[in-house]
Amino acid sequence: MDLSSINPLVLIAALMVASTPILLAAIGELVVEKSGVLNLGVEGMMITGAICGFAVAVESGSPALGFVGAAVGGALLSLLFGVLTQYLLSNQVATGLALTLFGLGLSALMGQDYVGIKPPATGDVNFGPLADLPVLGIVLFRHDLMVYVSLAIVAGVWAFLKYSRAGLILRAVGESHDAAHALGYKVVHVRLAAIAFGGACAGLGGAYLSLIRVPQWTEGMTAGAGWIALAIVVFASWKPWRVLLGAYLFGGVTVLQLNLQAAGVAIPVEYLSMSPYIITILVLVIMSSNRGRAALAAPAALGRSFHASS
Amino acid sequence: MKRRNLLAGAALALGLGGAALAGSHEPLKVGFIYVGPIGDGGWTFEHNEGRLAVEEHFGDAVETVFQENVPEGADAERALTQMALQGADLIFTTSFGYMDPTNAVAGKFPDVKFEHATGYKREHANVSTYSARFYEGRAVQGHIAGKMTETNKIGYIASFPIPEVIRGINAAYIHAKRVNPDVEFSVIWVYTWFDPAKEADAANALIEQGADVVLQHTDSTAPQAAAQAAGNVITFGQASDMGEYAPMPRVSSIIDNWAPYYIARTQEVIDGSWASVDTWDGISTGMVKIGDISDAVPADVKAEAEAMAAAIGAGEYHPFTGPLNKQDGSPWLAEGEIADDGTLAGMNFYVEGLTGEVPN
Repeated sequence: MDLSSINPLVLIAALMVASTPILLAAIGELVVEKSGVLNLGVEGMMITGAICGFAVAVESGSPALGFVGAAVGGALLSLLFGVLTQYLLSNQVATGLALTLFGLGLSALMGQDYVGIKPPATGDVNFGPLADLPVLGIVLFRHDLMVYVSLAIVAGVWAFLKYSRAGLILRAVGESHDAAHALGYKVVHVRLAAIAFGGACAGLGGAYLSLIRVPQWTEGMTAGAGWIALAIVVFASWKPWRVLLGAYLFGGVTVLQLNLQAAGVAIPVEYLSMSPYIITILVLVIMSSNRGRAALAAPAALGRSFHASS
Repeated sequence: MKRRNLLAGAALALGLGGAALAGSHEPLKVGFIYVGPIGDGGWTFEHNEGRLAVEEHFGDAVETVFQENVPEGADAERALTQMALQGADLIFTTSFGYMDPTNAVAGKFPDVKFEHATGYKREHANVSTYSARFYEGRAVQGHIAGKMTETNKIGYIASFPIPEVIRGINAAYIHAKRVNPDVEFSVIWVYTWFDPAKEADAANALIEQGADVVLQHTDSTAPQAAAQAAGNVITFGQASDMGEYAPMPRVSSIIDNWAPYYIARTQEVIDGSWASVDTWDGISTGMVKIGDISDAVPADVKAEAEAMAAAIGAGEYHPFTGPLNKQDGSPWLAEGEIADDGTLAGMNFYVEGLTGEVPN
């Protein structure tokens, strides 16, 4: 065992990179669920974003354009879900699951010509002298732009939900769509906007995988990250900063256990491997113990269809 | 309307009768169950190449079907049953974790032939097993890795603690150690065959801790991309050539060549000569191929590696030749003794020198 071979600073930097895809997807899903819509298609939107972003980046040579393409791709796919659930009032759970299957198939089809291609490299943001700071330099100032964008989105979502009027309306729609409707708010429009935002964020998360973290296109490459994102939203009790905490915790334990294995720590590997999931489940259990749905802060209208006549 | 119902009923009856009789004039239906997507660039990709080769070889005489991303375990049983019900005559199940589902479903469909890759259970007369001696290729990789490492740390991304994977680790270690006594192996068990993000994270963890060779026993090309980004790290293509990463980081590869086996077994079903067998072929029959050794490898190392592969193929050299001890120091093979297939097939121990424990 040689723990000295693990550099804690590099580890923290690595966990931020490992957590960013699920963070992006989870913060988007949080907004969707806050508006009262349960979209289980995160996995499908992520993988669609991954291939859209990859294809655009490869064709244009610009990773930045790739991320824009990923957001657009994810949003378009999510709007399919939006139209089905908001206008045609299909069941949200079933439609979300179908969206995942559809996204996986669609991405495999779109990605056929992109297997084995290398995407243009995404550079790290140049902070100049800040990057040379001891400790903080490695941890905070040597990442690619998307890490900072993901943090900015979390802060933005928090401020939007807490302080803005539009955020209040969105929360009202999620708590009681009938009351919001009676007040004259366009429930369906608000929800469609939230769904599109969630899709765009999931797309960005997927593109982060295919353009930066892996970086390549492989079919099915999200490998369940979308489901983790869904769990993290519940884990976070629908609070933006807790989404950040949950995503970094999950990503952190994942990276840590790989590093511990590489260093040959004498803990049985089985426990190390299951630790991210165990810890997530444990926190979920602790947080939900002896509390009702209201205390968990789930939006009251989550998963319910809305029709103006009802 | 009534007449249509009648016709449909008649057609159904005919169809059922036809399926039961399964006349030789109908195309033989060959099914494949895959653990990953066919575009993984590795394991499943090569099995699918084998399927395409069957289609090309037999033309209209054979029809193939496949299902990808089938999880190992209970869901595999459902997928297998469905394929058997759809009239498949021969089904290849291409991952270790399908072993029990394959045997369970085989018991229910005695007329369907099942072929399970990399397993050892043949509980029914209609189950065969087949595998490749990947460890022969691992020995060649170990030789190159031991010669080329400068940090003397070699990283190994392992999937599940099953004999096939453990054999690979042992074979690579023995031959790396032989040419470089200072070499150390770090093994990371990722408990997945296919998860590009996790494979990339594992590769990065190994590289950050000083490994300059990364061997993988997982199916995606993600570790290759991670090594390329890190620079100065070498890798080997796994299951498929992964030639898009040559000459660096990928300096060679193990290529699984299933096509000849799939064609031969399909032909046997057509001829009616198919029987339950256990096939375990290696470099000698071409089931395991060593991918082109790139120019990043010094010429003398390349020549030695090629000579070793040739000797293994000719049956002159066996990668598990004594003297070899088990990890705890107890003797396993005496001087000149060669490991028997039974021990190799069930290998659940590390050889002497490897650190860490084999997970249960």
